[in-house]
Formats: sequence, C-alpha cells, structure tokens
Amino acid sequence: MDGRNGRAAGADRTPEGVGRAAWSKVDPASFDNVERGCTVIRMPGPIQSIERAAAILRLLASGARKMGVAELATALGLPKGTVRGILRTLQHVGFVEQSQDTGKYQLGAALFHIGSSYLDVNELRTRALNWSDSLAARSKESVRIGTLHEGQVLVVHHVFRPDNSSQVLEVGALLPAHASALGKVLLANDPLDQLDDAGLVGFTPATCTDPERLREMLAEVRARGWASDVEEMVEGEVSVAAPIRDRRGVTVGAIGISGPIERLCGMTGEDARTPRVELVSYVREAARAISRDLGAIPW
Amino acid sequence: MSHRYIAAIDQGTTSSRCIVFDEAGSIVSVAQKEHRQIFPKPGWVEHDAEEIWANVLDVVHGALQKMSITVHDLAAVGITNQRETTVLWDAETGVPVHNAIVWQDTRTDQLVRELAADGGQDRFRAKCGLPLATYFAGPKIRWLLDNVPGVRERAERGEVLFGTMDTWLIWKLTGRHVTDVTNASRTMLMDLATLDWDDELLAAMGVPRAMLPEIRSSAEVYGHATGTLAGLPVASALGDQQAALFGQTCYAPGEGKCTYGTGSFLLLNTGEQPVQSANGLLTTVGYKIGDQPATYALEGAIAVTGSLVQWFRDNMGLIASAPEIETLARTVEDNGGCYFVPAFAGLFAPHWRGDARGVIAGLTGYITKGHLARAVLEATAWQTREVVDAMNADSGVELTTLRVDGGMTANNLLMQFLSDVLDVPVVRPIIAETTCLGAAYAAGLAVGFWPNTDALRENWHRAAEWLPSMEAGVRERGYRKWQKAVQRTMDWIDEDDE
Repeated sequence: MDGRNGRAAGADRTPEGVGRAAWSKVDPASFDNVERGCTVIRMPGPIQSIERAAAILRLLASGARKMGVAELATALGLPKGTVRGILRTLQHVGFVEQSQDTGKYQLGAALFHIGSSYLDVNELRTRALNWSDSLAARSKESVRIGTLHEGQVLVVHHVFRPDNSSQVLEVGALLPAHASALGKVLLANDPLDQLDDAGLVGFTPATCTDPERLREMLAEVRARGWASDVEEMVEGEVSVAAPIRDRRGVTVGAIGISGPIERLCGMTGEDARTPRVELVSYVREAARAISRDLGAIPW
Repeated sequence: MSHRYIAAIDQGTTSSRCIVFDEAGSIVSVAQKEHRQIFPKPGWVEHDAEEIWANVLDVVHGALQKMSITVHDLAAVGITNQRETTVLWDAETGVPVHNAIVWQDTRTDQLVRELAADGGQDRFRAKCGLPLATYFAGPKIRWLLDNVPGVRERAERGEVLFGTMDTWLIWKLTGRHVTDVTNASRTMLMDLATLDWDDELLAAMGVPRAMLPEIRSSAEVYGHATGTLAGLPVASALGDQQAALFGQTCYAPGEGKCTYGTGSFLLLNTGEQPVQSANGLLTTVGYKIGDQPATYALEGAIAVTGSLVQWFRDNMGLIASAPEIETLARTVEDNGGCYFVPAFAGLFAPHWRGDARGVIAGLTGYITKGHLARAVLEATAWQTREVVDAMNADSGVELTTLRVDGGMTANNLLMQFLSDVLDVPVVRPIIAETTCLGAAYAAGLAVGFWPNTDALRENWHRAAEWLPSMEAGVRERGYRKWQKAVQRTMDWIDEDDE
C-alpha cells in the first residue's frame, strides 16, 4: 500500500456483506444430499423436495407440539415414505430432532444457530472494546479481533501495541486462516468447515500446508481452547489467540495478540518456540471476559 | 498484599458503574447497574437518589466480588458523576425531600427566562462562566425550594442539604457534606476566580448558603467510608467530563479531548486562568489537585450525538443495535447529498438557539437508509467541527490532535470521518473508559498510589489513530452544505407553540 493515509482509509473499508459471512456460505454439497434419490431438476425454478422440506419445517415451527410422520404426511398431503425420507435428511443436517421415546419430530438445534448466530462485526468490536484494550495494556502487544470471511480472517478490531510508536490501523485487513492463531481458533470452531485444502499456502518453512496435519492441530486447538502461530505467517513473529463465544456457545470471533518471538516465547530450548504461559492466560482471560459479556458464561 | 487497586464509581445518567484499576491504569473488574428514568411530565426527568445509592453499593461490591478481592485491597475510591443533577435531602434522616432533578430536565425553563429578562442570558457569565440555562444546578435548587412545601425554611436553617450526585454519594459514604470545584462550577453559584460560593449569585438565584456543601479540591481524602465499605478513603470527585479530561491526561494548556456518548463534550485545558468565550462555549473548572492551583477549561457541549443513533434504532427501527449503524452506513459510498441536523431540543454550542428543530436536508428520490445512516454518523463529526472552530477562535490556539473516548469511538467509519472533517489526527487512548480512569487517577494521586501526573502520563498509550485523508475541496463543500442545513433548522418554533 502506498501512503499511510491511503492505507488507513482503504484497510478500513470492510468487504461487502461481511457481517453475515460466517453463516451465509452454505456448502452446495449438502443440497446434493437432499436431492439424492429424487429427480434432480437441473433448470431454474423451484426444487420440489426443498419446497417440501421447507413445508415440514414450517409445520414443525407452527406449534409447540412434536409431530409424527403420519401427522405430517396427512397435513401436507404427501406419502409417508416421502416425508420420512425428507425427515431423515433434515435430521442428518441437524435441522430436526427425533424424540427417543415417541419417535416424533421437532425442530433441531442447528436451525436455531443459523437463524440467530449472526453477530454484527461492529457490535462485536463495541462489546469487546474494554477487554481488548486491557489485553493490549497487560500484554504490551498489539491486539486483533478476527472473524472468518470466505476462509480467511477478517480483522474487525485492532488495538495498537501500547508503546506510542507509529502504527497503522489494520481493521479490514485479511489474514490467512491456516497460518495465524486467530484463523486456527476460528477454523477449529467452525461448524461449516471452511478449511480449503488446496489453499494452504506456505509463507515460511514453519507454515503447516498439510491438510491432515492441520486438521490434527485444529482438533488440539479445539480441545485446549487456544491457538498459536510460531513464525508460521511471518518469520520472527508469533501470535496467540482464543475463541470468543456467545450465549449459545457459538464461536463468533477470536481475539489474539501478536509480536516478535523474543517477547512472546520463552528464552531457551523447547520454550523458545512456546508462547509464554502468562501471555496465553491474558489472551484466554480477555476471550472469556468478552464471552461473559456476550452471555456465554453465566457468571 | 493490600492496597493493590483503585476503584472508581461512575454515577451516570442511565446507570452506575464501578471499575477497579491496577497501577498501570488497566481495568481489572467492572460492574454496572441501571436505574429508573422517571418522567412525571413531558420535559421532566427525575432519578430516585436512594435507588442510585443502593445501586452504587451494589456495583462496588459486585466489582470486588468478580475479582474475589475485598475492600482492603483498595487504596481508595474516586467518584465521577452525571453533572448538574440536583438532590435535596433531610440532614437529620438522610431522606431526600424530592426525587433528584436530572440535568436534562427543562422544568426550570420559565424560571430561567425570568432571570434572563433582567440582564440577559449572559448576566452571570463573567462570574460563573455559564449562560443562564435549564441544565445547571442553581435553577433546579430554586425550583425545589419554591415547589416542595416547607423546604425553603428548613434549608435556611441548614436542615435540608443540597448536593449534586458526588456530594450525595460522599455524604452517604462518609457523612461529610462536601463537593469538588468541578461540580460546584456547574451550579451557576460559584465564582470561578475565588472558587467559593458567591453571595451575589446566591441572592440572584434565591439559594441560602446554609444548605450548600463545602467546596473542596477534586483530589483529596474527603473522609473514610463507614458501613460495608468501612475504612475506604473517598479521595476524589470530578464531574464526568472533567474526569474524562483528567483520564486522558490533558494536563497542559492546549490539550483537549472529546467524549462521545449520548451527547458529546469537548473540553480544552486552558491552564490556570479562566478564558471567557466569545463563541458560545462554557468556562468551567477542569480540575484541582489538593492545594495546587485550579486548572480551567473551555467546554463545548453537543446535545445529540449517540442519542441520534439510538433514535435511529428505536424510533426509525432501521437497525437492531447501535453498532449496526456502521454496517448499514457502509452499504453506500457517501451521504448521497443528505445532511441530518439533530436539533431535537434546539441547537447547543456554538449556536445556542432554542427555536431550532431538527432537519434532514438534501432529500431526493436517490436517498436510501444507508445514506441516512451516513448522515446520522456525519452529524456527530460536523457538530464537533463547529465546536472545534469556536474553541480555536476563543483560545487562539489551533487544535493539532483530538483525543477521543466514549462508546462511539468503536465506530471506525465515524472516527475516520471525524479526522477527515477536522483535518487533524484523531487518537483513541488504550483505556476508552477515561471517565472512570480520571476519577481513579485523582483518587490515586490523593493517597499516593501514583506519585504525580507525570506517572499518569506514562500510562497513556495510543490504542488507535485515524489520519485525515479527505481532499480539502471535498471537506469544504461538505462543511458548506452542513452549515446551510444548520441555517434551515432555525426559527422553527413560534411564540404560540406549546
């Protein structure tokens, strides 16, 4: 980028429609599943089985009561076999749930997540402002908050490193998800699995470009609750991040710090490539505090 | 380990908060509780002072509990408060004689007009730095004395006491009846030069001296708390805007800040001499540390900024939450020629026109809700520009950087536009909660938690900076259109309007 002014203004411009990005991208493959066994209509116009699935969901949403296959079939004027097939697929994707005792159906949890998971990124920044400031003050490093945007990390908030040196606001910048701590936290907690196996670009010798190994790392990130990048994006730089969750436990963003390896990692041996424990705890505390404000933790 | 932290109580217009800070000035814990807004009649706004006191105790204990610390871990507590809100209470029982009258309340409108009829709106300005207006505490005291039966006689005997919220809380905490210079400077009853109640002002306003608190500095130990916070030194009091100035470490003449909240307040440190404004600004006390000389400030108040976004959310229903306005505004490239002047209750600084009402100018068939969202945000920036121009003219010093704080600083689009229209860098410090921080700093200075203001300056760090990138021509055209839109708000209210 030329000129600091141009960059500040340009970087600030959020890509269009970013607010809803995390949930707007639906894998077309999931619809192929719905179509399997039915006639696939490859022309513009309504797809009958999707219309029928929608009718079933609407019916289940219309009352507090659970409904059985026969009831649904009668209400919709469809053969029971057709209804059962659609229900099985809806159950597979989590949109409906079947009661163990009665065999009746109700709306599934995944459906509620899709409807209400959207957290405006500008709202996320507003809610996170105090805690991200505190994190920068305690860690003495710069802080970023990111959300997933088409497989990359969109920086939605940036707090300068508190040393009064000249720094440029990076809100609106995109970071590679597989090579940043923010990205790994987001990928590890992403129900849509936006990991693009073919897009694993190597930035340094330390970047993980093997999809299998990356998936193992993400499983570990998910289990321990935080991620790091040790010289995986830029040589000499390290980042640490943890997930921000909302009241339903859905990961709506990640918060992290980044800085030179000499400051963020230990001094010798194995420690020299491991982020310092107190910095990890500052990051996790900030993430928990924001999550608590969003209602994720009931105390 | 004891005395590791400083607590600040922010008794605000809609809620009371307690924030605990560590030595680096970082937030350790926060608790907040809203209180009721009581609207007995159109234009009247009241608070229940007893409810506020209960909430303040709750949030202090709440903030301590969240961190699993006790009152013994605190070196002191400082107070910052909504300014001008007025409460009178019985000195014997401690029971308020009436709900507190909130700063926004306009019930003293008639009284203020009567006072202005004899000598004009600025008749007391030379002494107290303020024009006659409904906001200030003096007229509110007078209204209570005139309208609550028996209170005037008892006030004359010192049996009924007056306080702004700082005084009320210090009295409840320590039993002492004191206020600080910044809160006293908002009553219209204090002489800015002597920093004492002025007999001429008291006589004109009809307020007996016996009911008034002692005026102290902003940073000293007023007393020690009793009750559940027993032993805790109560060591600072600052009006909210002055606290923000102090928290932003604007300790040198020419340094200033703007706090973006419901309304917005730009304060500029003018040093040890009060500067009289020729451009519609207020002269006020910035702060006073113990025995040191007072520092004065010029203040530009903008009535409607964040509240315009709230109006856009609640009354227009175009967004679900205030931060979403940025998302909506970014759906378009510019304001489409649309300007929104939110003179909902007239124009404040620097115009002071009570006969103005809001306009949306430049409407065409092209305008979408996105353009309106832009115009709503831009209104805050243009109003700031008008106040900065007035301040530059009054002080004779050009503002070179604007320090900002408050909730709206989370809005990057607004902060960039603000930098563009002011043509100076806009800087947000690492602690956006400068109001609480200022009260904590003053209390910490008073008990030696921090040695001096230089140590506090070292805690100030840039968290974000927006640099101007607008072409001069675009800025000038935009400002010209804004000023034309402002002209169109004036002379709207007629004599026979209710």
